[in-house]
Amino acid sequence: MVRLITHNLLACHAKGCTSNNFPLQFQNVQIELKEAEFNPTFLETFMPKLEWKALVDSAKEASATISRYILGNTSLPLEQPEMLDEEFLKNLHHVLLEIHVEEGIMICPNCKHNYPISNGIPNMLLAEHEIG
Amino acid sequence: MSRPELQAPPEIYYGDTEAKKYTKNTRNQQIQADMTYRALELLNLPPDQPAFLLDIGCGSDEEGYIWTGVDIAPSMLEVALEREVEGDLFLQDIGQGFGFRPGSFDGAISISVLQWLLNAETSHPTSSPPHRLHRFFTTLHSALRNPSRAVFQFYPSSDDQIQLITSIAQKAGFGGGVVVDYPNSNKARKVFLCLFVGGGGGGQQQIPEGLDGEMVEDGKVRFEKRRERDLRKDKSGKRKSQKVVDRDWILRKKELYRKRGKESVPRDSKFTGRKRKPTF
Ligand SMILES: C[S@@+](CC[C@H](N)C(=O)[O-])C[C@H]1O[C@@H](n2cnc3c(N)ncnc32)[C@H](O)[C@@H]1O
Ligand SMILES: [Zn+2]
Repeated sequence: MVRLITHNLLACHAKGCTSNNFPLQFQNVQIELKEAEFNPTFLETFMPKLEWKALVDSAKEASATISRYILGNTSLPLEQPEMLDEEFLKNLHHVLLEIHVEEGIMICPNCKHNYPISNGIPNMLLAEHEIG
Repeated sequence: MSRPELQAPPEIYYGDTEAKKYTKNTRNQQIQADMTYRALELLNLPPDQPAFLLDIGCGSDEEGYIWTGVDIAPSMLEVALEREVEGDLFLQDIGQGFGFRPGSFDGAISISVLQWLLNAETSHPTSSPPHRLHRFFTTLHSALRNPSRAVFQFYPSSDDQIQLITSIAQKAGFGGGVVVDYPNSNKARKVFLCLFVGGGGGGQQQIPEGLDGEMVEDGKVRFEKRRERDLRKDKSGKRKSQKVVDRDWILRKKELYRKRGKESVPRDSKFTGRKRKPTF
């Protein structure tokens, strides 16, 4: 159940890995879609926390493996919009909260540490020499 | 039997068997649930905004708001999955620190977990308790929004342990202090570490008062303060799935847990409260 909302908050935490360590790149992902209740207030308060470009890119990466017909509309504007209309918020809701990455790997763009995802749960454990 | 954290590392102690046992024990679940609600209350979240929370050492908890959970025991997480909990889960050793970006969460709670960080598993420098606590608190501090709070219920086995934990938390940038509920009751006494980022949010920067003495007649835990907040309803009159923690939600959940559980919260304390621990 890694959803893009949490993926967007997650940087690599291996020892010494402090720059260019976000966003973790998806590889070989399997996705499930689960409907979630639409909550525009939550989305609006959450928006300032998002790294927008990372979200747009990760949505693309995650959706590369699944047909658009199944996945639904994941298109987000390249810039975070100022006016939040209903259609935009619905797309954002879908991308952030309804796409669940169930299997795959998240790879740190800097140190290349692999964080495997199994059963929807990312394994964030580090080996002894990787602990900061 | 000695305390769990002295018997085995957490991911071993909470193996398949214990994880099932732990989550099937309704009495235990009720106690955990009550402490969770108290911790949420101490978080003092703004009533009119949805909050995104971190649950540290979440076990298999089911909750009612928008949250992310981390735990080191795969078996506990598996049970959580079976229960189809709503939040995202991470397999993570909190003593290794978090990688969450600055300001990710509006608050954090942790129930019955912190004492697990007080035992070294290996002789490697990164596994000494002070090192792990330091790593944990510094990365947690940065993952929290300013202002916000992190509330931990835990089981210290000495004042020295409380001292160690609070001094490292302070070095990591947290304000706040320890709140002891029902300090004079063996059964009901609970220790909460209430940490503030910035002013901690919610107006005053004071450490909340611990509860004492009076539990109301039916054994329900008395709440420090009532959160006045109308439930938002949509047009159909249905409650929006705001999943904000409010008092009504808490009370409903508590009812539910009580129905599942056996007895009510211990109602033994008629003592007057001792002054709570000094803050730092
Ligand atoms: C007593 S259980 C509490 C579970 C849950 N918070 C509750 O209230 O029911 C303690 C939990 O802490 C977790 N834990 C212990 N040490 C940990 C660590 N270093 N990192 C993450 N989780 C840990 C255990 O795996 C276990 O699920
Ligand atoms: Zn890295």
